[in-house]
Amino acid sequence: MEVIDENASMLSNFEIYTLLKDIQQGQHGQKKPSKQQQQLSTISYETIKYLEKTPCKHQSSEIIADFIKALEPFKLSKAEKIQLLNQRPSTAVEIQLLIEESEERLTEEQIEQLLDLILNTLPGDETAEDCSGNEPMEEQS
Amino acid sequence: MFVLADIKDTVRIPPWQFNVKLTDAVVEALNKKLANKVVHNVGLCIALWDITKLEDSYILPGDGSSHTVVHFRYVVFRPFNDEVVIGKIKSSSKEGVHVSLEFFDDILIPSDALQHPSRFDEREQLWVWEYMVDEEKHDLYMDVGEEIRFRVVDEVFVDTTPSGPEVSADSTEVQETDTKKTPYSLIGCINEPGLGLLSWWSNT
Repeated sequence: MEVIDENASMLSNFEIYTLLKDIQQGQHGQKKPSKQQQQLSTISYETIKYLEKTPCKHQSSEIIADFIKALEPFKLSKAEKIQLLNQRPSTAVEIQLLIEESEERLTEEQIEQLLDLILNTLPGDETAEDCSGNEPMEEQS
Repeated sequence: MFVLADIKDTVRIPPWQFNVKLTDAVVEALNKKLANKVVHNVGLCIALWDITKLEDSYILPGDGSSHTVVHFRYVVFRPFNDEVVIGKIKSSSKEGVHVSLEFFDDILIPSDALQHPSRFDEREQLWVWEYMVDEEKHDLYMDVGEEIRFRVVDEVFVDTTPSGPEVSADSTEVQETDTKKTPYSLIGCINEPGLGLLSWWSNT
């Protein structure tokens, strides 16, 4: 076995989720794992279980295409776009984490715009959104 | 999180699979070989993405199987350095916090990469972030099962291919070599604002 390129391109969680769902259900040209393919069934099951808890469950290729187009003016790298897509951040702290040197590259208005864009274009399952959150919450334990 | 790896391999199709279409047989063989396995310096293989090229098949003397060189792309779990990932706390020890992603468990956040200042609660066997607000100390416990956001800072690949028998002149007894090696593990950190338990940073 020869590895020609171990990082040919990055994939979003949504793409993996669709592929594994197709494999699990044996649709869109994919075959259900046969009895000898225990490993494939296991990894598909576990990965789907993880991905189902992420926002990619609600995404579609149209939504992603719109979102990537809308991100153009922010001049982000591919890795940053994928992370925004995979994580669907809802607070300014998260934006600072995902985007390198965000203080220098983005103005405060741009961060607000970005959060608005994410909130409006990417579907999520929560009802209430809060855009602040610089202080950790006190926890009763 | 996930990347595509370009790989070339010779796939052996045994005669009893000659009734299946070649591409189908190749897909099955590749998934059987790679799914849920770690390839050294590549990552954890998940599933076949597509076949880019099938070369001619050969039958070699003494073997009824056909051998085909296949170029294909495989989906691999390999977060890049500095990527932010969300997982669940699996367990805690003096060493640090162990995190699981359901399909991948070998993630450690070492004690020196936790929020500062943190201490280890011996009785509960949990890590606690001593968060200071207005001169008052708040203990934020990192319970098992909580969702945690961390940054990937390092990856470690260990070659687990069996090596030849060790020649030990002094002892004839069989040595216990049951120390299980993990082929691929990740090192994370949470010592930045926004990282750590999700509940620390949400206002709801």
